[in-house]
Amino acid sequence: MKKWVGKVRMLGLFSLMAIFLTACGKENLTALAPKGYSAERSFEVIIISILVMTIVFVVVMAIFTYVLIKYRRKKGQEDYVPEQIEGNKTLEIVWTIIPILLLVIIAVPTIATTYDLADESQKDDSINVNVTGKQFWWNFDYVNEGIQTSQDLYIPVDTRVYLNMISGDVIHSFWVPTLAGKMDVNPENENVMYIEAYEEGVYWGKCAEFCGDSHSLMDFKIVVVSQEEYDQWIENMGTPMEEEPATASAQEGKALFEQSCLSCHATDGATTAPAIGPNLTNFGNRTMIAGVLEHNKEELVEWIVDPASKKPGNGMLNAPYLQEGISTEDAEKIADYLLELKSTEVVPEFEPFEDQ
Amino acid sequence: MSTLAASNKRSFWSVVWDYITTVDHKKIGVLYLIAGGFFFLLGGLEALAIRWQLVKPMNDFVSAGFYNELITMHGTTMIFLAAMPLIFAFMNAVIPLQIGARDVAFPFLNSLGLWLFVFGGIMLNVGWFTGGAADAGWTAYTPLSTISPGEGMDYYVIGLQISGAGTLMAGINFLVTIINMRAPGMTYMRLPLFTWTSFVASALILFAFPALTVGLFLMMFDRMFDSAFFDPAMGGNSIIWQHLFWIFGHPEVYILILPIFGVFSEVVSTFSRKRLFGYSAMVFATVLIAFLGFMVWAHHMFTVGMGAAANAIFAVATMTIAVPTGIKIFNWLFTMWRGSIQITTPMLYALGFIPTFTIGGMTGVMLAAATADYQYHDSYFVIAHFHYVIIGGTVFGLLAATHYWWPRMFNRMLDERLGKITFWIFFVGFHLTFMIQHFLGLWGMPRRYWVYLPDQGLDLGNAISTAGAFLMAIAVLILLYNIIKTAIKGEPCGDDPWDGRTLEWAVPIPAPHYNFKQVPLVRGLDPLWVEKMDGRKEMTPSEPLDDIHMPNNTVLPFVMTIGFFIAGFGFIYQKYDNALNALIFVGMGIALGAMLVRSLKDDLGYHIPKKELEKEARK
Repeated sequence: MKKWVGKVRMLGLFSLMAIFLTACGKENLTALAPKGYSAERSFEVIIISILVMTIVFVVVMAIFTYVLIKYRRKKGQEDYVPEQIEGNKTLEIVWTIIPILLLVIIAVPTIATTYDLADESQKDDSINVNVTGKQFWWNFDYVNEGIQTSQDLYIPVDTRVYLNMISGDVIHSFWVPTLAGKMDVNPENENVMYIEAYEEGVYWGKCAEFCGDSHSLMDFKIVVVSQEEYDQWIENMGTPMEEEPATASAQEGKALFEQSCLSCHATDGATTAPAIGPNLTNFGNRTMIAGVLEHNKEELVEWIVDPASKKPGNGMLNAPYLQEGISTEDAEKIADYLLELKSTEVVPEFEPFEDQ
Repeated sequence: MSTLAASNKRSFWSVVWDYITTVDHKKIGVLYLIAGGFFFLLGGLEALAIRWQLVKPMNDFVSAGFYNELITMHGTTMIFLAAMPLIFAFMNAVIPLQIGARDVAFPFLNSLGLWLFVFGGIMLNVGWFTGGAADAGWTAYTPLSTISPGEGMDYYVIGLQISGAGTLMAGINFLVTIINMRAPGMTYMRLPLFTWTSFVASALILFAFPALTVGLFLMMFDRMFDSAFFDPAMGGNSIIWQHLFWIFGHPEVYILILPIFGVFSEVVSTFSRKRLFGYSAMVFATVLIAFLGFMVWAHHMFTVGMGAAANAIFAVATMTIAVPTGIKIFNWLFTMWRGSIQITTPMLYALGFIPTFTIGGMTGVMLAAATADYQYHDSYFVIAHFHYVIIGGTVFGLLAATHYWWPRMFNRMLDERLGKITFWIFFVGFHLTFMIQHFLGLWGMPRRYWVYLPDQGLDLGNAISTAGAFLMAIAVLILLYNIIKTAIKGEPCGDDPWDGRTLEWAVPIPAPHYNFKQVPLVRGLDPLWVEKMDGRKEMTPSEPLDDIHMPNNTVLPFVMTIGFFIAGFGFIYQKYDNALNALIFVGMGIALGAMLVRSLKDDLGYHIPKKELEKEARK
């Protein structure tokens, strides 16, 4: 399969088109500048099909334009009756056979890549992550490492990682356009896909299957780090934080957290217990809050006090502390505590909103 | 005997009564046009609200819940309550005339189908006033749809069930009509293409709608009677819904587009003044598309996790549909080739359709490539694709049909200048709205997103798209103005205003309610054209003048529908209070009672005596 890939790449059109298509779109979000194995395979099929289809379009438009200019009724032709042509066998055979051939050009790489992307032969020797989609967040369990995290999935660069995906409620879909096409996350059967990233960095992930009120806010990130950083991250995540919070506010926050939040949110990364709410281990190093808010104290306090305004219909709305109400002061203390939860030195460089 | 002229002399309520009880296919066509047009405007308003919400990042024009209701109802309304009924409008108005029949095979059923659609449509929209309309997407994927709170999804289930029954009846009716009611000499291979494609679309309805009916029944039991067909926790399976929905849903796409291929075939042929190029290939391609249309439903489900083998098979099966579709495009081009092309408003829509639909077809093949679809799926690329085929195909076709058959239906020509202005604004607005959405999808914008974050490279594209949507709205307003202006000021257009080729133009305008005094003899494809070329102005009759047997008007279909409508509320609300089961019994009682009356009371119709027909002829 590599051979035809090489040939396709040689086409000058390929690179021209790639430049044209990537003129817009955000880096590490767009599907048009792939930086992972699966996204690259998809991109090749996209380009091949666009090229073939462009040929068809040009032919149709050429005939269309010619016919329209040449045979438009002109003055003095009001009574002209053209010859009533029934058809033409040769022409009809031509425009049946040629499209079939063009389709074969698309079908062959389609079938090849379909099987390639469904390959599970290396699954047992690879990193396996159990992915659980829930309204409206993502839980990640590293199967062999016994580590649990949420929202930010850390993987090593240039390594195949298998994702075993299942939903905790309705159907979701796991999509990181720059790294891989999407795969649905169903409530009944586990779906398996693999991702492999070529470059370190933070990649935007989106839920792509309509899942309720905050479907559009169910973002997650894939953090691609070097193998050494990954190993260190795994080790740090598995080690419980020993020291007490530094400030008095954070200490009070910890007490409040343990009283009101801990029943759903674990802060222990080395767990295999099912997560009710997102596991908040290493929360201080998160790329974003709740997947979509900037990672700062102000946003976090607003989120704790009024999560409905940030993510309508999310599970936290049922939390007992919200029924009783929470003061801004208490929320600030909890925020101080959470922002101090830093288990590791492996910190992604990430600026979600560069324009602001 | 014009309906318009006659209505001037009668009171408003007698006209209303006449239309409620009518079994005349021409009047039923008008009612489909009015109701479908109304829902088209409603769906359009919903679309504008959606686009306005997305005009800028993190907009707060509507809430998340309301937005989800808007997208669900926009899709449901446009597919089930606008596009299909508008197609039925023209099928009713034209097909009996095109095949030389005096009415459809089952006029009673025709009326029942219409009213079921109308009240099903109303039912779907009742949710807006009872705390929230349906909000799980028009595809209503389980388990999101089965756990959706409130009654919105209940109205979706019952509303679609009622209007779906109407659609099924209409489909059966047209199948029987086209098989049994053709005039002497109107062989299958002389059928006008609009009749052929409608015939095939009716067959698709017959086989596709039962899948939807079954799916809706299962969902109804899950929502209203605590069953668990789609609940994995109770041993059900949520993916089954997707299969049932798309086994219906994919043929549905061809139900929407095939009759429109017929419209364009008529329009291109008429305004090129040339018979359709490759008629038999066109018929063959239509049947082939319909057949393949049932083999490809799972291409909507490439990301569900069906495995490589299923994905590969459905990918290749889907690509093959491009071949018969391509045959059609080339046949239209070669119908114009060496013709005498006159650019009227309907022809303008046909000309706009060809490049637009070709793009829709191209992206269709691109979507068929499963691995590429992993990126396109459920993104704005898909939104762009299906609007290119459904607006670029179906809506352009409906607008062409509106301008083309308006004189046939209402004895007035729509203003050509305004018509062309409408076309250009609509055409530009359409491409502005949807071309950019292909890119938005690939830049990472999933569909059904209520908001998108700032600084994701999506702002400009969405703003452009919204601007285009408002251009389309302006075009629709101009069309409405054109219709109103024509109704008030228009002159009667007289017979055969377009120099037509097919039988519907052989009937005088306005048409007598029995259509043909004597059923015509068909002597070839494009029967009217054949006679014209032989120097005749009228069709040769195939029978001597005799009494004409016509069906009586009846209010029973309307009563039956009211019964089902009432029972529908009973099904929805019985879960709150057992006493409300009474509504089910009352409603079903009314409906079954009306059926009993229909079965026991002989209604043999009436005869128009020969003498009266002769008298009319002398006038």
